[in-house]
Amino acid sequence: MFIVIRLNHSPLTIHHRPLPIHIIMTHNATHPQLATAFNKDEARVGWHDETLWWVRQKRDKAAWALPEWEQLRDTASAIKQNVLSNLHDYLVQFEQQALANGVKVHWAADAKEHNEIVHSILQQHNVTQIVKSKSMLTEECGLNEYLANNKVEVIDTDLGERIVQLANEHPSHIVLPCIHWKKEEIGELFHQHLNTPEGNADPKLLTAAAREHLREKFLTRKIAITGVNFAVAETGEFVVCTNEGNADMGAHLADVHIACMGIEKIIPKREHLGVLLRLLARSATGQPVTTYSSHFQQPNAGQEMHIVLVDNGRSVQLGREDFRNSLKCIRCGACFNTCPVYRRSGGHSYHTAIAGPIGSILAPNLDMKKYADLPFASTLCGSCSNVCPVKIDIHNQLYKWRQVLTEEGHSPKSKTVAMKVMATALAKPGLFKAGGKMMRWVLKYMPWLVNNKMNAWYKQREMPAPPEQSFTEWYKKNRT
Amino acid sequence: MNVGLFIPCYVNQFYPQVAIATLQLLEKFNCKVGYPLQQTCCGQPMANSGYEKLSQGCNELFTENFAGFDYIVCPSGSCTLHIKDHLHSHKDEKTAASIRGKVYELSEFLVDILKVEEVNAVFPYRVGVHQSCHGQRGLHTSQMSELVAAPFSKINQLLNKVQQIELVQLNRVDECCGFGGTFCVAEEAVSARMGQDRVADHEKNNVQVITGGDMSCLMHLEGILRRKKSNVVVKHIAEILNAG
Ligand code: SF4
Repeated sequence: MFIVIRLNHSPLTIHHRPLPIHIIMTHNATHPQLATAFNKDEARVGWHDETLWWVRQKRDKAAWALPEWEQLRDTASAIKQNVLSNLHDYLVQFEQQALANGVKVHWAADAKEHNEIVHSILQQHNVTQIVKSKSMLTEECGLNEYLANNKVEVIDTDLGERIVQLANEHPSHIVLPCIHWKKEEIGELFHQHLNTPEGNADPKLLTAAAREHLREKFLTRKIAITGVNFAVAETGEFVVCTNEGNADMGAHLADVHIACMGIEKIIPKREHLGVLLRLLARSATGQPVTTYSSHFQQPNAGQEMHIVLVDNGRSVQLGREDFRNSLKCIRCGACFNTCPVYRRSGGHSYHTAIAGPIGSILAPNLDMKKYADLPFASTLCGSCSNVCPVKIDIHNQLYKWRQVLTEEGHSPKSKTVAMKVMATALAKPGLFKAGGKMMRWVLKYMPWLVNNKMNAWYKQREMPAPPEQSFTEWYKKNRT
Repeated sequence: MNVGLFIPCYVNQFYPQVAIATLQLLEKFNCKVGYPLQQTCCGQPMANSGYEKLSQGCNELFTENFAGFDYIVCPSGSCTLHIKDHLHSHKDEKTAASIRGKVYELSEFLVDILKVEEVNAVFPYRVGVHQSCHGQRGLHTSQMSELVAAPFSKINQLLNKVQQIELVQLNRVDECCGFGGTFCVAEEAVSARMGQDRVADHEKNNVQVITGGDMSCLMHLEGILRRKKSNVVVKHIAEILNAG
């Protein structure tokens, strides 16, 4: 949806890049492993953190410019809560309106059905080359890979997405897909793929090159896919927000427009956009509104318009009371930018299409085993819940997912054993006293037992200096 | 006023001076302080790791230990929050519920319940405040940088009453330090980096002492400071309010 090329002071060297996500995914690496790899390059971590913090600060400024900010968040939350409580009715209403507008409506139970539906539309038109604007849903469904396997060429037209696509990667952020790329690296990538002059990383020049490259695709492709930010039940229209106008270029120039959306994107009325659009861009990048907030209601004469409504686990999540309201998400990315863990581990360390705090509570719904590590990739600091424009209690849900995953047996055995030992010692005052005393004794007389490579604490931190006595011992001597 | 002193397990074992300062401070403000000798831990280490079920033994023990006080006060926002949100008893849920309603983190107890106007403390150093997340965002001991709301901070309100102290404004006022319980070892790389970044912010602003309401965050920051042989030290707010 957006691209940020930050004019900054980064060095001109090409750093070792993280592995492409399809490699990561097949290797079953966990968040701590991938985050450890990301942290090898200390300067890069600092740069990544600062870049995203800068976006968070822009968001703060935009929020503070509206005295009614917190009221807007309350209202947005209530609108979305109402949607979740009446999702069935709104979906039916939306379909009726869309059909009446001359739009073709498809329902997909899961990612596979979604991909097949899209492919079948392409086949009906004998099309093997398409353009696609930003859609995290198609990322979630793995549409690009599916179509590539079926010999269809997809060109992502969002600049950030095009960059990661040229690099054979996936987006590392839902709003800023190539935020992990430095402009010098983009210059190098464009030199290789788009013939820009070697060593030139001028954002203006690079953007112009991308524009020229994409213009040709827009003019020649017959089918365009877009995402959907909001779908209005009362009118059957949908709204697509971009800063580059690439969704509009694609949709207007093609004969067929396919819009793919998760079923939770519904809002009851057009007037609700007055709340949600005010929050979306401000939360995302600190802009008052996206450059383009385009409403699509019916196909132009001679064109076809399709909407694919996708469930893919959403109705299951709707049935999980503790996690239901994660479906309020409007994909603004604010929780990514504020998350101190995301900023220091990078989007790919989450090994899922939607990374960050929200991804960590959505992913286990799709596959508990595969994503059992993600709810633990957090300190539960709570900053995510505070920036969320629709007030999802993200950090509480991270805590709750931890309990569910452990209950369901997705916790390592060694951890369960350690926790049981700890729970026993802490429930028995005698054992606790003896254990504490022993620990202080070890720290004092045999520090090498803990100060070694086996102790993750010690790698980059000293152990506390052991005091002579515990507080309880002191208290007995001095107060009783 | 009959106050139960709730000392987190690691403070009891590794930072007795913080518990002593908390006790002396409460006594200075005329509280009758009781310290149940059989206390161990609030159960948070298990619960945050996904084993809330295993913390039931701790819960029962806690409920037994702290029945019968007017208030329960703890020098840790994180442990306080855990009790407030998660203490339940199979044996005596009524007592557990009443404990949940009267457990306080030290700074909120001093400000909201004792309504402390004066502290007789002197601390002539440049001090940076580490806003621990569970105290701040969980117990709302201060305004949070994400929210559009009027500023306040119970910790700063108290520290401002200390003589000769110089409170330092940080670049990032309330970023998490990366301790996070078992997170600090399970996600060692990110945790350490977060701590290093937090320390750097204090150092950049020429802080001499980092303080806060949670010794766990300070233990993590202290580990990093000592590894790099920094001159900056950590002190719990109880130690500063009880100084001089
Ligand atoms: S969870 Fe909230 S903050 Fe995060 S992307 Fe969704 S709407 Fe934005």
